[in-house]
Amino acid sequence: MNPLARILARDLARAFRGGGATLPLLFFLLVATLFPFAIGPDATLLAATGGGALWMAALLAALLPVDRLLAPDQDAGVLDQFATRGISEEAVATAKLIAHWLSFGPPLMIAALPASALLKLDGATLVRLELGLAIGTPGLAALALMTSALTLGLRSAGALAGLVMLPLAVPILIFGAGALSAEDNGGLKLLAAASLLLVALTPFAAGAALRAARE
Amino acid sequence: MMAAGGDARLAFDGVACLRGHRLLFEGLSFALGPGDAALITGPNGTGKSSLLRMAAGLLAPAAGAIHREGTIALADERHALDPLKPLGEALGFWAGVDGQGRDAVAAGLDAVGLGAIAEVPVRMLSTGQARRAGLARLIAGRAHIWLLDEPGNGLDAASLDRLAATMAAHRAQGGIILAASHQPLGLDDAQPIRFRA
Repeated sequence: MNPLARILARDLARAFRGGGATLPLLFFLLVATLFPFAIGPDATLLAATGGGALWMAALLAALLPVDRLLAPDQDAGVLDQFATRGISEEAVATAKLIAHWLSFGPPLMIAALPASALLKLDGATLVRLELGLAIGTPGLAALALMTSALTLGLRSAGALAGLVMLPLAVPILIFGAGALSAEDNGGLKLLAAASLLLVALTPFAAGAALRAARE
Repeated sequence: MMAAGGDARLAFDGVACLRGHRLLFEGLSFALGPGDAALITGPNGTGKSSLLRMAAGLLAPAAGAIHREGTIALADERHALDPLKPLGEALGFWAGVDGQGRDAVAAGLDAVGLGAIAEVPVRMLSTGQARRAGLARLIAGRAHIWLLDEPGNGLDAASLDRLAATMAAHRAQGGIILAASHQPLGLDDAQPIRFRA
């Protein structure tokens, strides 16, 4: 097994055992549960607004694990040990990105099933929501990792992370929620473009940030 | 125990260290070949750890060049082991990254006298045991060049003796040791690198 596969396997095990993977999931379901209380039980109104609310919940759920993606490894000297072995920061960021998406994206897509029932979404909307989440969550995971790297070592990293990350997530939110409407065809493609850009950019941006954090 | 360390080399050539607009040292040159050791001494904040981080490739020198041949392992105050995992498993991760097997982990644990507590989670270790766990990680990696930052901190007399024996064995096999320490490590014949305040 090469070092990257080992880093990936380690991070996945940590996410599922350390509880890092369940927290965003519970948050997502909690929002879906609370939303009808705020809007009221009107099924048509819920169905019309629920999809957008779930995208909002997914975005905020992506923000939750930001302070745990890299900071514990930085504090424990794990990142320094990787660098000492000549494993590039970009490679570490790539492995961490894949591991983070696996512990975040698919569980969120599963949680979207009960959540859509709570919000009275019809079948066709649910299919478009799931498609959108499948395409959009890699972008959200990439954004979370990039933010985590950029705020590494700062004192109020958690608060700053929200300010850095949420504006950058605007394209994902617009195209993801836009793709929910029945007559929309281009939304998913634009969502895929935004997501792809973030995924492609993150290893390099996060890698550079990790190097800078070491100085 | 170790891959042939016959060609290992670590050399600093006129290296300067700049930290936060402050020049810690400059014009530092030394060369270490197979079986050589160097001991860095000096007051706090004079650049001992920075020198080790430069040797590990974690910091870029402000001037000069650093030549390395052979694999490098760094042991500082952070053991880099997963706190929730049993000690043996946590060491196994790094041994895997270093291309070593379970026998290397067992050898590392034995060398620091922690063989009996391989099943104990890392977070339960005492300060001294955690330091020794970090050294076990370094030993299990079977790298050619060992960089040790205060390896004697928190170790009892028996552990210090074991460390001295392990370092002697590493050098006998052609390994290189660069250590920073405030206390004697049994590296009496090591090349001295002294920093002044």
